[in-house]
Amino acid sequence: MASRSAPGRADRLVTLVGRVRELGLLIALLVLVVAVGLRAGDRFLSLGNLRTVLLAVSILAVMAAGQTLVVLTRNVDLSVASIVGLTTFVAGDLFKQNPGIAVPLVVGLACLLGLALGAINGALVTVGRVPAIVATLGTLYVYRGTTFWIAGGEQVNVSDVPDGYRDIAMTRAVADVPNPILIAGAIALVVAYVLRYTRIGRQLYAIGSNPDAARLAGIRSDRLVFGAFAACGLLCGLAGVLWGARYGRIDSRAATGYELQVVAAVVVGGVNIFGGAGTVLGAVLGAVLLGTVANALTILRFDAFWLQAISGLAILIAVTIDLLITRRVGRTLLAGRNR
Amino acid sequence: MTAPPPPAIELAAVAKRFGAVQALRGVDLVLHSGEVHALVGENGAGKSTLVKMLAGVHRPDTGTLRVDGQETAFHGPLDARKAGIAVIHQHPTLFPDLDVAENVFMGRQPRDRFGRVDWRGMYREVGRLLGTLGVRIGVRTPVKALSVADQQLVEIAKALSLQARVLVMDEPTASLSAREVERLFAIVRRLRDDGAAILFVSHRLDEIFAISDRITIVRDGAHVLTASASELSTGETIRHMVGRRLEALFPKEDAEIGDAVLSVHGLSRAGHFRDVSFELRRGEILGLFGLVGAGRTEVARVIVGADRADAGEIRMDGRAVRIGSSSAALTHGIAYVPEDRHGQGLVLDFPIAANVTLPILPRLGRFGMLNRNRERAIAGDYAARLQVKAAGLGAAVSSLSGGNQQKVVLAKWLATDPKVLILDEPTRGIDIGTKAEVHRIVSHLATGGMAILLISSELPEVLAMADRVLVMHEGRLTGAFSRAEATQENVMVAATGQAAVAHGVA
Repeated sequence: MASRSAPGRADRLVTLVGRVRELGLLIALLVLVVAVGLRAGDRFLSLGNLRTVLLAVSILAVMAAGQTLVVLTRNVDLSVASIVGLTTFVAGDLFKQNPGIAVPLVVGLACLLGLALGAINGALVTVGRVPAIVATLGTLYVYRGTTFWIAGGEQVNVSDVPDGYRDIAMTRAVADVPNPILIAGAIALVVAYVLRYTRIGRQLYAIGSNPDAARLAGIRSDRLVFGAFAACGLLCGLAGVLWGARYGRIDSRAATGYELQVVAAVVVGGVNIFGGAGTVLGAVLGAVLLGTVANALTILRFDAFWLQAISGLAILIAVTIDLLITRRVGRTLLAGRNR
Repeated sequence: MTAPPPPAIELAAVAKRFGAVQALRGVDLVLHSGEVHALVGENGAGKSTLVKMLAGVHRPDTGTLRVDGQETAFHGPLDARKAGIAVIHQHPTLFPDLDVAENVFMGRQPRDRFGRVDWRGMYREVGRLLGTLGVRIGVRTPVKALSVADQQLVEIAKALSLQARVLVMDEPTASLSAREVERLFAIVRRLRDDGAAILFVSHRLDEIFAISDRITIVRDGAHVLTASASELSTGETIRHMVGRRLEALFPKEDAEIGDAVLSVHGLSRAGHFRDVSFELRRGEILGLFGLVGAGRTEVARVIVGADRADAGEIRMDGRAVRIGSSSAALTHGIAYVPEDRHGQGLVLDFPIAANVTLPILPRLGRFGMLNRNRERAIAGDYAARLQVKAAGLGAAVSSLSGGNQQKVVLAKWLATDPKVLILDEPTRGIDIGTKAEVHRIVSHLATGGMAILLISSELPEVLAMADRVLVMHEGRLTGAFSRAEATQENVMVAATGQAAVAHGVA
């Protein structure tokens, strides 16, 4: 039957596209590495530089993992950078005001603060019914404003934080790999596991893919969306800890503007901005790709302006390719159906 | 007949009211295991409300619901599911990005001993379910890559995985090809033979007689009869569907009918309608009747340039015209009042005056500056003519009643001074008083020489208002009647596609 074979082919095509989304990203990354490597040689292609790139994107990757949870449910969290800024400053300030305070306690409090800030976002969206883009745009400013207010023009200096705190980011626990990379990797694995192997994870996809059908299937959408925002906040709290431990010197503007890089990483990584599709692996690869571009431009001595332009281009290319593939597949299907 | 066990589902004298509308007034529906039971009725007869009751979406105001003889109440879709009822909607409610297996098991995925989603087990189980249905669909295929027919089979597989004993199918064949319908019916028959109770809701009488054992006919929210399919003919069924007295609700004035203004020849749009031809004359009200999904609105949308035709010709005053956009339609003197007045017709937050003059904004000013006085004058004129009841022209349209909103929509398009006015379901959802008023206005416009195409799902409205009636069925014109010829039976026979069968027109 003709009407059977055509959809069959399209089926496989769509399945393949779903699978290779991350593969395509990996290929893009490889092409980039080879191209830049040919021009810059050892300055770019070295273990040391690999470490630099991964270290530079590790905090971004943690945030991107959190953002993925939210975006999958057809929402977005624009306040992520402000959460990092507030938690990192509060953590630093705790050390500054209470010399001798236990490091694990501060880390725990910072993570809890992140969780609470994420929960506020979640409540605004699920209880207040405020569209996520508006709600989190609001909290972006509110959280940042709170940071300014707490800081009151002061900043936290390297000498204010104990070595034990800075060790979190500055040591290499395993095989010469800096801790932030290990932590980011571990978090990506945990989130990937949740998304792939738990019912809750699968339900997040369902909510983003078709909210009405999710309700009919008896999924408690509000609860899960709230949870996604809270988890995103928690991960941003953790990112705040890493930020403070890495830089030591913290002012109230920490991580300002970072939210767009996070969204960029997620979108470039193939997570559908309208929810329902994408993986953490993709989002992390997206972050690595953007980080590699930044690194390459620095090594090739391009102006910082180019970084922004090229990040923007990467987003457009990623989204366009996505759309083209989806449309192509749709057309193949239609052709198959017109008996 | 043998003494039956308690029916799988029994609705006894259920009634339901939505605001001013009595959707159901005492309907009985008895569904036995091992039967395919068809639910038949005109648009608005109450079929959807009944389906939603069984799905646990609506609760009856009065009357009882029994499952296996036990009286019960559904507080939500989950209750219905627990009672073993699965509803398959015309448009499947699936997750397009997720694969077939997950769609079947969403929220109930099998888990291994570590509590992880057991993907392998799930794929195996769904493969088995699809196997029992005798269909070949890849369990890992994302649902968005499937045809609607295959998506429905995924819904059926879901119902089977839920061990549903009652399957409610709401217009399942509406977007299927003949071959797909055949395949679906083979599956439905097998499920019936395995002891499932199936409620089959459809407009297509030939399909109903092909598949069902018993038929329940509803009309105007009331139960007409339930009979064995073999005891009913299509003719009788149609008579029972429409058998309502026509009340002289609408004052139709006689208008002088002139030359053809709009003529349409061989108009086609793939997947929507084929080979539609008609003429609309000055002063004429031409009714366009059809059941939901017959393609009436689609024809109108092509005429006004909202969609493209694949073939065919549109002539205005005898000259062939190409209408590529709504503004081109306006230039040619064609105005279209859409069915969905909120979505397409009105800017709710704008005042009445701004809404009325929206389509003629370019005429209202010079150099891009709007002349507010002219806007008010024009809007005031039409509002007065149509007797829009409002606090003033500055009142936001959202503050008006449904009927008055509809008048504002009418005023808006009348302000464009059209030669052809296309009205799509102009009285849906408005109260009976305003309805009569809208009819009076429409009739009056025709007397003034306007050519009017009246699209309606309400048979009495069409019969009372139209000088001629065109009937569509599944994208084709299946009947054309003069006012004298147009009886409820004639029109309904054409609308259900029986005329084509009877006259051998394929």
